[in-house]
Amino acid sequence: MTDASGVLRRTALYDAHLALGARIVPFGGFEMPVQYSSILKEHDAVRKRAGLFDLSHMGQFLLDGPDVGSWAESLTINKVANMKPGQARYNVFTNDRGGAHDDVIFYRLAEDRWLLVVNAGNADKMWAHVSAERSGDVRLTDLRGERALIAIQGPRSVEWLQPFVDAELAPMKYYSCTETTVRGTRETVVVARTGYTGEDGFEVFVPSDDATALWDGLLAAHRGAGLEPCGLGARDVLRLEAGMPLYGHEMDEEVTPLQAGLAWAIKFDKPAFRGKEALAAQRDAGDYARIVGLVMEGRVPARAGYPVLAGGARAGEIRSGSLGPSVGKNIATALVAPAAAADGTALTVEVRGTEHAAVVTPMPFYRRPKG
Amino acid sequence: MAQPAGLLYSKEHEWVKLDGDVATVGITDYAQSSLGDIVYVELPRIGAALTQFGGIGVVESVKAVSDIFTPVGGEVTETNGAIEGDPALVNRDPYGAGWLYKVKLDDVGQTTELMSPEQYEKLIVEA
Repeated sequence: MTDASGVLRRTALYDAHLALGARIVPFGGFEMPVQYSSILKEHDAVRKRAGLFDLSHMGQFLLDGPDVGSWAESLTINKVANMKPGQARYNVFTNDRGGAHDDVIFYRLAEDRWLLVVNAGNADKMWAHVSAERSGDVRLTDLRGERALIAIQGPRSVEWLQPFVDAELAPMKYYSCTETTVRGTRETVVVARTGYTGEDGFEVFVPSDDATALWDGLLAAHRGAGLEPCGLGARDVLRLEAGMPLYGHEMDEEVTPLQAGLAWAIKFDKPAFRGKEALAAQRDAGDYARIVGLVMEGRVPARAGYPVLAGGARAGEIRSGSLGPSVGKNIATALVAPAAAADGTALTVEVRGTEHAAVVTPMPFYRRPKG
Repeated sequence: MAQPAGLLYSKEHEWVKLDGDVATVGITDYAQSSLGDIVYVELPRIGAALTQFGGIGVVESVKAVSDIFTPVGGEVTETNGAIEGDPALVNRDPYGAGWLYKVKLDDVGQTTELMSPEQYEKLIVEA
Protein backbone atom coordinates (compact mmCIF):
# COMPACT_ATOMS: atom_id res chain seq x y z
CA MET A 1 0.00 0.00 0.00
CA THR A 2 3.03 2.25 0.02
CA ASP A 3 5.56 2.74 -2.71
CA ALA A 4 8.71 0.61 -2.95
CA SER A 5 10.47 2.66 -0.29
CA GLY A 6 7.55 2.21 2.12
CA VAL A 7 6.89 5.94 2.20
CA LEU A 8 3.31 7.14 2.33
CA ARG A 9 2.29 9.27 -0.63
CA ARG A 10 0.73 12.72 -0.41
CA THR A 11 -1.94 14.24 -2.60
CA ALA A 12 -1.55 17.60 -4.32
CA LEU A 13 -3.69 19.09 -1.54
CA TYR A 14 -1.53 17.89 1.37
CA ASP A 15 -0.25 21.38 2.23
CA ALA A 16 -3.78 22.77 2.03
CA HIS A 17 -4.90 20.14 4.57
CA LEU A 18 -2.10 21.08 6.96
CA ALA A 19 -2.97 24.78 6.61
CA LEU A 20 -6.57 23.91 7.58
CA GLY A 21 -5.39 22.09 10.71
CA ALA A 22 -6.37 18.62 9.51
CA ARG A 23 -5.50 15.53 11.48
CA ILE A 24 -3.59 13.33 9.04
CA VAL A 25 -3.71 9.52 9.08
CA PRO A 26 -2.37 6.81 6.78
CA PHE A 27 -5.08 5.51 4.43
CA GLY A 28 -4.72 3.45 1.26
CA GLY A 29 -1.01 4.25 1.06
CA PHE A 30 -1.53 8.01 1.45
CA GLU A 31 -1.32 10.56 4.21
CA MET A 32 -4.94 11.72 4.26
CA PRO A 33 -7.05 14.08 6.39
CA VAL A 34 -9.35 12.09 8.69
CA GLN A 35 -10.94 15.22 10.14
CA TYR A 36 -10.47 18.98 10.21
CA SER A 37 -12.79 20.25 12.94
CA SER A 38 -15.08 17.45 14.10
CA ILE A 39 -16.56 14.46 12.30
CA LEU A 40 -20.04 15.39 13.54
CA LYS A 41 -19.69 19.01 12.42
CA GLU A 42 -18.39 17.96 9.00
CA HIS A 43 -21.17 15.37 8.64
CA ASP A 44 -23.73 18.02 9.52
CA ALA A 45 -22.35 20.44 6.91
CA VAL A 46 -22.77 17.81 4.16
CA ARG A 47 -26.33 16.98 5.18
CA LYS A 48 -27.43 20.62 5.53
CA ARG A 49 -25.15 22.70 3.24
CA ALA A 50 -22.10 21.16 1.57
CA GLY A 51 -18.72 19.66 2.36
CA LEU A 52 -15.48 19.56 0.38
CA PHE A 53 -13.45 16.35 0.13
CA ASP A 54 -9.99 15.53 -1.22
CA LEU A 55 -10.31 12.15 -2.94
CA SER A 56 -7.07 12.42 -4.89
CA HIS A 57 -5.84 9.22 -3.29
CA MET A 58 -8.30 7.22 -5.40
CA GLY A 59 -6.79 5.57 -8.47
CA GLN A 60 -7.69 7.07 -11.86
CA PHE A 61 -7.02 5.06 -15.01
CA LEU A 62 -7.81 6.21 -18.54
CA LEU A 63 -9.09 3.48 -20.87
CA ASP A 64 -8.98 4.20 -24.63
CA GLY A 65 -10.05 2.21 -27.64
CA PRO A 66 -13.02 0.67 -29.43
CA ASP A 67 -12.81 -2.58 -27.44
CA VAL A 68 -12.91 -1.09 -23.93
CA GLY A 69 -16.62 -1.75 -23.44
CA SER A 70 -16.61 -5.43 -24.32
CA TRP A 71 -13.26 -6.05 -22.64
CA ALA A 72 -14.28 -4.37 -19.36
CA GLU A 73 -17.60 -6.23 -19.36
CA SER A 74 -15.77 -9.54 -19.37
CA LEU A 75 -14.04 -8.67 -16.07
CA THR A 76 -16.95 -7.05 -14.21
CA ILE A 77 -20.50 -7.78 -13.05
CA ASN A 78 -22.29 -4.79 -14.62
CA LYS A 79 -22.63 -3.69 -18.23
CA VAL A 80 -20.16 -1.24 -19.68
CA ALA A 81 -20.54 -1.32 -23.47
CA ASN A 82 -24.09 0.03 -23.45
CA MET A 83 -23.20 3.10 -21.40
CA LYS A 84 -23.67 6.35 -23.29
CA PRO A 85 -20.97 9.02 -23.47
CA GLY A 86 -21.57 11.29 -20.50
CA GLN A 87 -22.76 8.43 -18.29
CA ALA A 88 -21.19 7.07 -15.09
CA ARG A 89 -21.89 3.60 -13.73
CA TYR A 90 -21.01 1.62 -10.60
CA ASN A 91 -19.36 -1.75 -11.17
CA VAL A 92 -17.32 -4.49 -9.48
CA PHE A 93 -14.28 -6.34 -10.83
CA THR A 94 -14.61 -9.97 -9.76
CA ASN A 95 -12.34 -12.98 -9.34
CA ASP A 96 -13.08 -16.56 -10.49
CA ARG A 97 -14.87 -17.29 -7.22
CA GLY A 98 -17.17 -14.30 -7.65
CA GLY A 99 -15.33 -12.36 -4.93
CA ALA A 100 -14.56 -8.70 -5.46
CA HIS A 101 -11.19 -7.39 -6.66
CA ASP A 102 -12.54 -3.87 -6.27
CA ASP A 103 -15.68 -1.80 -6.61
CA VAL A 104 -15.27 1.02 -9.09
CA ILE A 105 -17.00 3.62 -11.21
CA PHE A 106 -16.69 3.80 -14.99
CA TYR A 107 -17.15 7.25 -16.55
CA ARG A 108 -17.71 7.16 -20.31
CA LEU A 109 -16.17 10.45 -21.42
CA ALA A 110 -16.48 9.86 -25.18
CA GLU A 111 -17.25 7.06 -27.61
CA ASP A 112 -13.83 5.42 -27.15
CA ARG A 113 -12.61 7.01 -23.92
CA TRP A 114 -13.42 6.06 -20.35
CA LEU A 115 -12.22 7.05 -16.93
CA LEU A 116 -12.03 4.24 -14.36
CA VAL A 117 -11.86 5.21 -10.67
CA VAL A 118 -10.69 2.55 -8.21
CA ASN A 119 -10.17 2.48 -4.45
CA ALA A 120 -6.84 3.84 -3.22
CA GLY A 121 -5.99 0.69 -1.28
CA ASN A 122 -6.64 -1.44 -4.37
CA ALA A 123 -5.03 0.83 -6.95
CA ASP A 124 -1.76 -1.11 -7.31
CA LYS A 125 -3.63 -4.42 -7.45
CA MET A 126 -6.12 -3.05 -9.97
CA TRP A 127 -3.46 -1.52 -12.22
CA ALA A 128 -1.70 -4.90 -12.28
CA HIS A 129 -5.02 -6.65 -12.95
CA VAL A 130 -6.18 -4.50 -15.87
CA SER A 131 -2.65 -4.48 -17.32
CA ALA A 132 -2.38 -8.28 -17.15
CA GLU A 133 -5.86 -8.81 -18.56
CA ARG A 134 -5.66 -6.19 -21.31
CA SER A 135 -6.74 -7.53 -24.69
CA GLY A 136 -8.00 -6.25 -28.04
CA ASP A 137 -7.81 -2.59 -28.96
CA VAL A 138 -7.56 -1.20 -25.45
CA ARG A 139 -4.97 1.32 -24.23
CA LEU A 140 -4.44 1.93 -20.52
CA THR A 141 -3.01 5.08 -18.96
CA ASP A 142 -2.27 5.38 -15.25
CA LEU A 143 -3.28 8.91 -14.20
CA ARG A 144 -2.23 8.49 -10.58
CA GLY A 145 -0.29 11.54 -9.44
CA GLU A 146 -1.29 13.57 -12.50
CA ARG A 147 -4.92 14.07 -11.59
CA ALA A 148 -6.48 15.15 -8.34
CA LEU A 149 -10.10 14.57 -7.35
CA ILE A 150 -12.14 17.08 -5.37
CA ALA A 151 -15.71 16.31 -4.34
CA ILE A 152 -18.34 18.79 -3.21
CA GLN A 153 -21.28 17.05 -1.56
CA GLY A 154 -24.47 18.41 -0.07
CA PRO A 155 -27.67 20.23 -1.03
CA ARG A 156 -25.89 23.48 -1.97
CA SER A 157 -23.36 21.80 -4.28
CA VAL A 158 -24.86 23.03 -7.56
CA GLU A 159 -25.02 26.61 -6.34
CA TRP A 160 -21.52 26.63 -4.85
CA LEU A 161 -19.65 24.78 -7.60
CA GLN A 162 -21.33 26.49 -10.57
CA PRO A 163 -19.25 29.72 -10.46
CA PHE A 164 -16.08 27.63 -10.89
CA VAL A 165 -16.89 25.58 -14.01
CA ASP A 166 -18.24 26.40 -17.46
CA ALA A 167 -20.60 23.43 -17.81
CA GLU A 168 -24.15 24.07 -16.68
CA LEU A 169 -24.54 21.89 -13.59
CA ALA A 170 -28.24 22.06 -12.72
CA PRO A 171 -29.45 20.00 -15.72
CA MET A 172 -26.86 17.24 -15.14
CA LYS A 173 -28.45 13.96 -14.13
CA TYR A 174 -27.32 11.84 -11.19
CA TYR A 175 -24.48 9.58 -12.43
CA SER A 176 -23.72 11.72 -15.46
CA CYS A 177 -20.37 13.27 -16.34
CA THR A 178 -19.01 15.89 -18.70
CA GLU A 179 -15.69 17.32 -19.77
CA THR A 180 -15.58 21.06 -19.23
CA THR A 181 -13.23 23.86 -18.28
CA VAL A 182 -12.53 25.69 -15.06
CA ARG A 183 -14.05 29.14 -15.47
CA GLY A 184 -11.59 31.80 -16.56
CA THR A 185 -8.89 29.30 -17.51
CA ARG A 186 -8.31 26.72 -20.24
CA GLU A 187 -7.92 23.83 -17.79
CA THR A 188 -9.92 20.80 -18.83
CA VAL A 189 -11.64 18.97 -16.00
CA VAL A 190 -14.18 16.17 -15.75
CA VAL A 191 -17.23 16.96 -13.65
CA ALA A 192 -19.47 14.08 -12.55
CA ARG A 193 -22.66 14.15 -10.52
CA THR A 194 -21.54 11.26 -8.34
CA GLY A 195 -20.64 10.83 -4.71
CA TYR A 196 -20.43 8.65 -1.64
CA THR A 197 -22.47 10.53 0.92
CA GLY A 198 -26.15 10.04 0.07
CA GLU A 199 -26.44 13.71 -0.90
CA ASP A 200 -26.49 15.56 -4.18
CA GLY A 201 -23.01 16.56 -5.24
CA PHE A 202 -20.22 16.52 -7.75
CA GLU A 203 -16.77 15.04 -8.19
CA VAL A 204 -14.27 17.14 -10.12
CA PHE A 205 -11.28 15.43 -11.73
CA VAL A 206 -8.69 18.15 -12.08
CA PRO A 207 -4.99 18.24 -13.04
CA SER A 208 -2.91 17.99 -9.86
CA ASP A 209 -1.20 21.32 -10.59
CA ASP A 210 -4.58 23.10 -10.56
CA ALA A 211 -6.12 21.33 -7.57
CA THR A 212 -5.04 23.76 -4.87
CA ALA A 213 -6.42 26.78 -6.75
CA LEU A 214 -9.83 25.12 -7.09
CA TRP A 215 -9.86 23.85 -3.48
CA ASP A 216 -8.80 27.19 -2.01
CA GLY A 217 -11.14 29.08 -4.33
CA LEU A 218 -14.18 27.06 -3.28
CA LEU A 219 -13.39 27.49 0.40
CA ALA A 220 -12.66 31.21 0.05
CA ALA A 221 -15.96 31.74 -1.74
CA HIS A 222 -18.25 29.64 0.44
CA ARG A 223 -16.70 28.83 3.80
CA GLY A 224 -18.41 31.84 5.32
CA ALA A 225 -21.76 30.39 4.25
CA GLY A 226 -20.93 27.01 5.74
CA LEU A 227 -18.91 24.98 3.24
CA GLU A 228 -16.70 22.73 5.40
CA PRO A 229 -13.59 20.80 4.44
CA CYS A 230 -14.41 17.19 5.34
CA GLY A 231 -12.13 14.27 6.10
CA LEU A 232 -12.33 10.53 5.66
CA GLY A 233 -14.02 10.14 9.06
CA ALA A 234 -17.11 12.08 8.00
CA ARG A 235 -17.05 10.39 4.61
CA ASP A 236 -17.23 6.94 6.22
CA VAL A 237 -20.17 7.92 8.45
CA LEU A 238 -22.01 9.53 5.52
CA ARG A 239 -21.57 6.50 3.26
CA LEU A 240 -22.65 4.08 5.99
CA GLU A 241 -25.84 6.06 6.63
CA ALA A 242 -26.46 6.04 2.87
CA GLY A 243 -26.04 2.24 2.80
CA MET A 244 -23.10 2.39 0.40
CA PRO A 245 -20.58 -0.47 0.61
CA LEU A 246 -16.92 0.09 1.42
CA TYR A 247 -14.39 -2.31 -0.06
CA GLY A 248 -12.69 -4.37 2.63
CA HIS A 249 -15.79 -4.13 4.83
CA GLU A 250 -18.98 -5.04 2.97
CA MET A 251 -17.12 -6.91 0.24
CA ASP A 252 -13.66 -8.26 -0.45
CA GLU A 253 -11.93 -11.05 -2.37
CA GLU A 254 -14.03 -13.58 -0.41
CA VAL A 255 -17.34 -11.75 0.12
CA THR A 256 -19.08 -11.49 -3.26
CA PRO A 257 -21.15 -8.59 -4.60
CA LEU A 258 -24.20 -10.86 -4.30
CA GLN A 259 -23.52 -11.24 -0.58
CA ALA A 260 -22.95 -7.49 -0.35
CA GLY A 261 -26.49 -6.77 -1.57
CA LEU A 262 -25.42 -5.70 -5.06
CA ALA A 263 -27.62 -8.16 -6.99
CA TRP A 264 -29.03 -5.15 -8.91
CA ALA A 265 -25.58 -4.60 -10.45
CA ILE A 266 -24.96 -8.24 -11.45
CA LYS A 267 -26.04 -8.73 -15.06
CA PHE A 268 -26.46 -12.47 -15.45
CA ASP A 269 -27.80 -11.89 -18.99
CA LYS A 270 -24.27 -11.05 -20.12
CA PRO A 271 -22.92 -14.08 -22.04
CA ALA A 272 -19.87 -14.42 -19.82
CA PHE A 273 -17.89 -12.52 -17.21
CA ARG A 274 -15.24 -13.35 -14.62
CA GLY A 275 -16.87 -15.19 -11.73
CA LYS A 276 -20.28 -15.53 -13.41
CA GLU A 277 -20.56 -19.30 -12.79
CA ALA A 278 -19.62 -18.94 -9.13
CA LEU A 279 -22.08 -16.10 -8.61
CA ALA A 280 -24.88 -17.98 -10.40
CA ALA A 281 -24.22 -21.06 -8.26
CA GLN A 282 -24.29 -18.93 -5.10
CA ARG A 283 -27.52 -17.27 -6.21
CA ASP A 284 -29.15 -20.63 -7.02
CA ALA A 285 -28.08 -22.25 -3.75
CA GLY A 286 -29.37 -19.20 -1.89
CA ASP A 287 -27.84 -20.20 1.45
CA TYR A 288 -25.06 -17.61 1.49
CA ALA A 289 -24.19 -15.25 4.33
CA ARG A 290 -25.22 -11.73 3.43
CA ILE A 291 -24.73 -8.11 4.42
CA VAL A 292 -27.59 -6.60 6.40
CA GLY A 293 -28.13 -3.27 8.09
CA LEU A 294 -28.38 -3.21 11.89
CA VAL A 295 -29.71 -0.52 14.18
CA MET A 296 -28.50 -0.83 17.76
CA GLU A 297 -31.20 -0.42 20.39
CA GLY A 298 -28.99 1.05 23.11
CA ARG A 299 -26.15 3.51 23.27
CA VAL A 300 -23.28 1.08 22.71
CA PRO A 301 -21.72 1.35 19.23
CA ALA A 302 -21.08 -1.84 17.24
CA ARG A 303 -17.66 -2.01 15.59
CA ALA A 304 -16.18 -4.06 12.76
CA GLY A 305 -15.30 -7.58 13.91
CA TYR A 306 -17.74 -7.81 16.83
CA PRO A 307 -19.70 -11.11 16.89
CA VAL A 308 -23.40 -11.08 15.97
CA LEU A 309 -25.66 -13.62 17.70
CA ALA A 310 -29.17 -14.97 17.03
CA GLY A 311 -30.80 -16.64 20.02
CA GLY A 312 -27.41 -16.74 21.73
CA ALA A 313 -25.71 -18.61 18.87
CA ARG A 314 -23.15 -17.08 16.54
CA ALA A 315 -24.83 -15.79 13.35
CA GLY A 316 -22.19 -13.53 11.84
CA GLU A 317 -20.07 -10.46 12.48
CA ILE A 318 -20.15 -6.69 12.24
CA ARG A 319 -18.39 -5.31 9.14
CA SER A 320 -18.85 -1.54 9.68
CA GLY A 321 -20.25 0.36 12.63
CA SER A 322 -20.65 3.94 13.77
CA LEU A 323 -22.96 6.43 15.30
CA GLY A 324 -25.42 7.50 12.58
CA PRO A 325 -25.95 11.17 13.42
CA SER A 326 -28.82 11.55 10.93
CA VAL A 327 -30.44 8.37 12.28
CA GLY A 328 -29.91 9.30 15.92
CA LYS A 329 -28.77 5.78 16.73
CA ASN A 330 -25.77 3.53 16.34
CA ILE A 331 -25.86 1.79 12.96
CA ALA A 332 -23.86 -1.04 11.47
CA THR A 333 -23.56 -3.55 8.69
CA ALA A 334 -23.15 -7.23 9.49
CA LEU A 335 -22.42 -10.33 7.45
CA VAL A 336 -24.95 -12.85 8.78
CA ALA A 337 -26.39 -16.28 8.02
CA PRO A 338 -29.55 -16.17 5.85
CA ALA A 339 -31.76 -17.29 8.77
CA ALA A 340 -30.75 -14.13 10.64
CA ALA A 341 -31.06 -11.76 7.69
CA ALA A 342 -34.78 -10.94 7.43
CA ASP A 343 -35.78 -7.33 8.09
CA GLY A 344 -36.99 -6.92 11.64
CA THR A 345 -35.03 -9.88 13.03
CA ALA A 346 -33.93 -9.27 16.62
CA LEU A 347 -30.23 -10.05 17.02
CA THR A 348 -27.56 -9.21 19.56
CA VAL A 349 -24.07 -7.85 19.13
CA GLU A 350 -21.40 -9.01 21.55
CA VAL A 351 -19.50 -5.99 22.81
CA ARG A 352 -16.69 -6.69 25.28
CA GLY A 353 -18.38 -9.86 26.48
CA THR A 354 -21.91 -8.46 26.83
CA GLU A 355 -24.79 -8.89 24.38
CA HIS A 356 -26.54 -5.74 23.15
CA ALA A 357 -29.82 -5.74 21.21
CA ALA A 358 -29.93 -4.86 17.50
CA VAL A 359 -32.59 -5.10 14.80
CA VAL A 360 -32.05 -5.99 11.13
CA THR A 361 -33.08 -2.85 9.24
CA PRO A 362 -33.32 -2.18 5.51
CA MET A 363 -30.66 0.12 4.08
CA PRO A 364 -30.17 2.95 3.40
CA PHE A 365 -30.45 4.13 6.98
CA TYR A 366 -30.72 7.69 5.67
CA ARG A 367 -32.41 8.96 2.53
CA ARG A 368 -32.08 12.59 1.56
CA PRO A 369 -35.24 14.65 1.39
CA LYS A 370 -36.56 15.06 -2.16
CA GLY A 371 -36.10 18.64 -3.21
CA MET B 1 -0.68 24.94 26.44
CA ALA B 2 -0.19 24.56 30.16
CA GLN B 3 -1.84 21.63 31.92
CA PRO B 4 -4.15 22.40 34.84
CA ALA B 5 -2.24 22.68 38.12
CA GLY B 6 -3.20 20.67 41.18
CA LEU B 7 -3.83 17.50 39.14
CA LEU B 8 -1.70 14.42 38.56
CA TYR B 9 -1.44 12.77 35.15
CA SER B 10 -0.83 9.32 33.65
CA LYS B 11 1.00 8.54 30.46
CA GLU B 12 -2.29 7.12 29.15
CA HIS B 13 -3.74 10.67 29.29
CA GLU B 14 -5.92 10.44 32.37
CA TRP B 15 -5.94 13.03 35.14
CA VAL B 16 -6.37 12.51 38.88
CA LYS B 17 -7.59 15.02 41.46
CA LEU B 18 -6.90 14.00 45.03
CA ASP B 19 -9.16 14.84 47.96
CA GLY B 20 -7.77 12.97 50.95
CA ASP B 21 -7.89 9.30 49.94
CA VAL B 22 -10.54 9.82 47.25
CA ALA B 23 -9.42 10.46 43.69
CA THR B 24 -11.55 11.91 40.89
CA VAL B 25 -10.49 10.60 37.47
CA GLY B 26 -11.01 11.99 33.97
CA ILE B 27 -9.30 12.14 30.59
CA THR B 28 -7.14 15.07 29.63
CA ASP B 29 -7.94 17.81 27.15
CA TYR B 30 -5.25 16.36 24.91
CA ALA B 31 -6.99 12.96 25.03
CA GLN B 32 -10.47 14.29 24.24
CA SER B 33 -9.10 16.42 21.44
CA SER B 34 -7.23 13.45 19.93
CA LEU B 35 -10.30 11.23 20.15
CA GLY B 36 -12.70 13.72 18.59
CA ASP B 37 -16.47 13.62 19.14
CA ILE B 38 -17.11 11.23 22.04
CA VAL B 39 -20.31 9.19 21.58
CA TYR B 40 -20.12 6.58 24.35
CA VAL B 41 -18.30 6.04 27.63
CA GLU B 42 -18.26 2.73 29.49
CA LEU B 43 -17.39 3.14 33.16
CA PRO B 44 -16.70 0.64 35.94
CA ARG B 45 -19.54 -0.20 38.34
CA ILE B 46 -19.74 1.43 41.75
CA GLY B 47 -18.04 -0.90 44.20
CA ALA B 48 -15.70 -2.38 41.58
CA ALA B 49 -12.11 -2.95 42.72
CA LEU B 50 -9.66 -1.36 40.29
CA THR B 51 -5.99 -2.19 39.88
CA GLN B 52 -3.76 0.78 39.08
CA PHE B 53 -3.08 1.04 35.32
CA GLY B 54 -5.56 -1.74 34.51
CA GLY B 55 -8.03 -1.38 31.63
CA ILE B 56 -11.38 -0.59 33.28
CA GLY B 57 -13.61 0.89 30.58
CA VAL B 58 -13.68 2.54 27.18
CA VAL B 59 -14.20 5.92 25.60
CA GLU B 60 -15.63 5.72 22.09
CA SER B 61 -15.49 8.46 19.51
CA VAL B 62 -17.40 8.34 16.22
CA LYS B 63 -14.58 6.33 14.67
CA ALA B 64 -12.62 4.61 17.40
CA VAL B 65 -12.69 2.71 20.67
CA SER B 66 -10.05 3.66 23.26
CA ASP B 67 -9.40 1.88 26.54
CA ILE B 68 -9.42 3.73 29.84
CA PHE B 69 -6.46 2.64 31.95
CA THR B 70 -7.21 3.70 35.48
CA PRO B 71 -4.42 5.90 36.83
CA VAL B 72 -5.22 4.81 40.40
CA GLY B 73 -6.31 1.59 42.11
CA GLY B 74 -9.00 1.19 44.73
CA GLU B 75 -12.78 0.94 45.07
CA VAL B 76 -15.11 2.89 42.77
CA THR B 77 -17.33 5.10 44.94
CA GLU B 78 -19.11 7.20 42.32
CA THR B 79 -19.50 7.46 38.52
CA ASN B 80 -20.55 10.49 36.51
CA GLY B 81 -24.12 9.71 35.43
CA ALA B 82 -24.34 12.91 33.40
CA ILE B 83 -22.03 11.61 30.68
CA GLU B 84 -24.24 8.59 30.03
CA GLY B 85 -26.86 10.83 28.45
CA ASP B 86 -24.39 13.39 27.13
CA PRO B 87 -20.99 11.83 26.38
CA ALA B 88 -19.90 15.03 24.60
CA LEU B 89 -19.55 16.56 28.09
CA VAL B 90 -16.14 14.90 28.10
CA ASN B 91 -15.21 16.93 25.01
CA ARG B 92 -16.65 20.18 26.29
CA ASP B 93 -15.35 20.11 29.86
CA PRO B 94 -12.81 17.31 30.36
CA TYR B 95 -11.51 18.66 33.70
CA GLY B 96 -14.91 19.65 35.09
CA ALA B 97 -18.39 18.33 34.27
CA GLY B 98 -16.82 15.63 32.07
CA TRP B 99 -15.11 13.79 34.94
CA LEU B 100 -15.51 9.99 34.79
CA TYR B 101 -15.43 8.31 38.22
CA LYS B 102 -14.18 8.51 41.81
CA VAL B 103 -12.00 5.96 43.56
CA LYS B 104 -11.25 5.39 47.24
CA LEU B 105 -7.54 4.70 47.00
CA ASP B 106 -6.29 1.41 48.42
CA ASP B 107 -2.85 3.00 48.84
CA VAL B 108 -2.20 6.73 48.69
CA GLY B 109 1.45 6.03 47.90
CA GLN B 110 0.56 4.85 44.40
CA THR B 111 0.22 8.48 43.25
CA THR B 112 4.02 8.69 43.12
CA GLU B 113 3.66 6.69 39.88
CA LEU B 114 1.88 9.67 38.28
CA MET B 115 3.20 12.82 36.60
CA SER B 116 3.14 16.48 37.51
CA PRO B 117 1.52 18.97 35.08
CA GLU B 118 5.00 19.93 33.85
CA GLN B 119 6.00 16.30 33.24
CA TYR B 120 2.74 15.62 31.41
CA GLU B 121 3.14 18.75 29.28
CA LYS B 122 6.55 17.48 28.24
CA LEU B 123 5.08 14.09 27.34
CA ILE B 124 2.44 15.48 24.99
CA VAL B 125 4.72 18.05 23.39
CA GLU B 126 7.08 15.22 22.49
CA ALA B 127 4.21 12.96 21.29
